Amino acid sequence: MLLKINGKEKNIYSSDNLADLLLELEIVSPHCAIALNQEVIPNSKLKQTKVHNGDNIEIVHAVGGGL
Amino acid sequence: MESSQFKIGDRTFKSRLIVGTGKYASFEETRDAIAASGSEMVTLAVRRIELDKAKDSILNFLDPKLYYFLPNTAGCFTVKEAVMTCQLAREAGLGNMVKVEVIGDEKTLFPDNEATLEASKILVKEGFQVLPYCTDDVVLCKKLEDVGCSAVMPLAAPIGSGLGVCNPFTIKLIHEAVKIPVIVDAGVGTASDACRAMELGIEGLLMNTAIAGAKDPVKMAFAMKAAVQCGRLAFEAGRIPRKLYASASSPLDGLINTP
Repeated sequence: MLLKINGKEKNIYSSDNLADLLLELEIVSPHCAIALNQEVIPNSKLKQTKVHNGDNIEIVHAVGGGL
Repeated sequence: MESSQFKIGDRTFKSRLIVGTGKYASFEETRDAIAASGSEMVTLAVRRIELDKAKDSILNFLDPKLYYFLPNTAGCFTVKEAVMTCQLAREAGLGNMVKVEVIGDEKTLFPDNEATLEASKILVKEGFQVLPYCTDDVVLCKKLEDVGCSAVMPLAAPIGSGLGVCNPFTIKLIHEAVKIPVIVDAGVGTASDACRAMELGIEGLLMNTAIAGAKDPVKMAFAMKAAVQCGRLAFEAGRIPRKLYASASSPLDGLINTP
């Protein structure tokens, strides 16, 4: 399945939901958040949120920043 | 002697200095400068995780028991981007108090006030405690208060400019006009700027570049901590009015006479 993740196309092999996608990408931070096709997905619903070929996914976290 | 405590939304503070976490040379320097500033709330930005890089996080250097987090929407140019960034920040565990900034001009980084008001309105309805970065405009600040913002954050000067409070009279008028806290945000260059800003009676000050960009950020953080306390204490103490002519501070009675 081909997804667009953080602006780059990426092949995903073993995940069909967002929780598994994070594992496949080796993202273990408890402080990340995901938007699927421009919609923010609550962390409590990652497992039940399916991903489909061509989906646009943003995975973000906190970085240093001021203004 | 300590200056009085104050509240923004449901958070209580002893320190009136809020600091950013950007532009430091390393996470270690960020941690040390923030500790030196005595600040109890730090701003954070929300950005894409770099998928192919080591995933060390600034949050490993900031103890959530010591600091409140204030995620910001820096870099957002539209209402939609700002709202989505706040929603992501909340899901990322950064809390529900957010610094909303919607930039309207790349050169000056001045905020788009209309879009800021619109984004603030939406975010308040979604249960966020909203702290909007705005220009120093009395009417706008009243509108931001009316839509339910927890504080207003008028700029002292353009972001990163180090010019100090360019329009102290307007900042004073804003402080008179709204009941919510006024946090002056952006544009402070050095300790005297911070002190002067606090002497205006505003509740707090937010800065990043003035500390992170100094030759010795940790030392400047100490200086800013002292300056903010100093300015606040002087405001609470109540300064003497400015007068054109001298008035002696020694008694005039009992002066010796010489023939």
